[in-house]
Amino acid sequence: MGSTTMLIGTWIAGFLTLAIFSFLYKDNPVYKLAEHIYVGVSAGYWLIYVAFFDVYPMLIQGFQNETGIEKWILLVPGALGLIMLSRWFPKTAWLSRWPIAFTVGIGAGLGITANIQGYVMPQLQATLLPVTGWNIVSLNNVILTVGVITTILYFYFSKPHKGALGWMARVGIVFIMVSFGASFGYTLMARISLLIGRLYFLLSDLLHVID
Amino acid sequence: MKRTVPLLITFLTGFFLIVSFFVPHEPFGQLEQRLLVWFAIVSGFAMLLGVDSLFRAHLKRIIRAREGRWHSLALLLSLVVTLAVGIIGFAKFGSPFHMQSPFMFVYTYGIIPLQATMFALLAFYIASASYRAFRARNTVATLLLVSAVIVMLGRVPIGAAISQFFPVAQEWIMDVPQLAAKRGIQIGAALGAVSMSLRILLGIERSYLS
Repeated sequence: MGSTTMLIGTWIAGFLTLAIFSFLYKDNPVYKLAEHIYVGVSAGYWLIYVAFFDVYPMLIQGFQNETGIEKWILLVPGALGLIMLSRWFPKTAWLSRWPIAFTVGIGAGLGITANIQGYVMPQLQATLLPVTGWNIVSLNNVILTVGVITTILYFYFSKPHKGALGWMARVGIVFIMVSFGASFGYTLMARISLLIGRLYFLLSDLLHVID
Repeated sequence: MKRTVPLLITFLTGFFLIVSFFVPHEPFGQLEQRLLVWFAIVSGFAMLLGVDSLFRAHLKRIIRAREGRWHSLALLLSLVVTLAVGIIGFAKFGSPFHMQSPFMFVYTYGIIPLQATMFALLAFYIASASYRAFRARNTVATLLLVSAVIVMLGRVPIGAAISQFFPVAQEWIMDVPQLAAKRGIQIGAALGAVSMSLRILLGIERSYLS
């Protein structure tokens, strides 16, 4: 990109940044303009992204390059995709349930296999760590295991939280509150980091007040 | 036809996906990969449908001269311009994501600043929310407050300047109690997702057909 293009781009970015920040004063038409532009460019960006990285290489190039059954079987997702567009026509809109059912089926299938393989088993393996004596690592491993079990028990509502279950649920809420506080602090610092980045852009790239 | 076929499609798709996971041999071996490719293709068409819905809603607002029509016009123009420069970039450079493509101009000077500023804006609202929420009313609320303060101070140089306790305590909170609760919640959510997936596959949960 040429220097003039970059200069124009920097001013556009500066305007959009200030327009979004104007919401700190109150909701106003300039903020709303930037908000609507954000929705428009994001929708356009993701449509181009999906078309270029998914539909074009997998369907169109796949159909051009593959041979035999591998080529013709691509007509199935192509047809399902076109059927999805039947929502445009009220009389045939019900047909769009077929590709929706397909995507829901994929989601449900992955919901079982990917969740067990990707979440439950690795998390359990990483939790059940050895206790090798009286040292800080072992103590942390015990705290971690107790934290995971009591957190899960806190969300177990099939029995009233009384007696041993109530006691463990109370330990669970301690872990949950510490976790929420830590996550909050972590998120706030990440957002402040982004804020510093935007202020640096305004003061450095746009106004050249700082280097 | 209108309900039975979709239920059958959902069941068979999910069933074959699960079978291909447990039987990684032909004819099921490549099935998972193939179904995921199909899923990506169908999702692409769904994306088109979603963008079309957005376009129609705002076009309707402009035509009926409703309040906010000028903002809707800005949305439609930015959408059309982004799509146009994406297509131009593809035609001219072979990829809209080529560094010389005008699409990358929109990305660099439009999407990045808008997205980063939107999230940066949240810093103010999270901070003001914390002012209201972080009150040491009882023991658990105090724990929330203390852990948040330690993590915030532990992640900035001023925390270490005050005391070396803050970075060390921050690291311990993130690695042990925070991780334990996060893990517990994730395991619970994953088990919930498994049971919901089973309900969908068995046709008990049918809300997606409505």
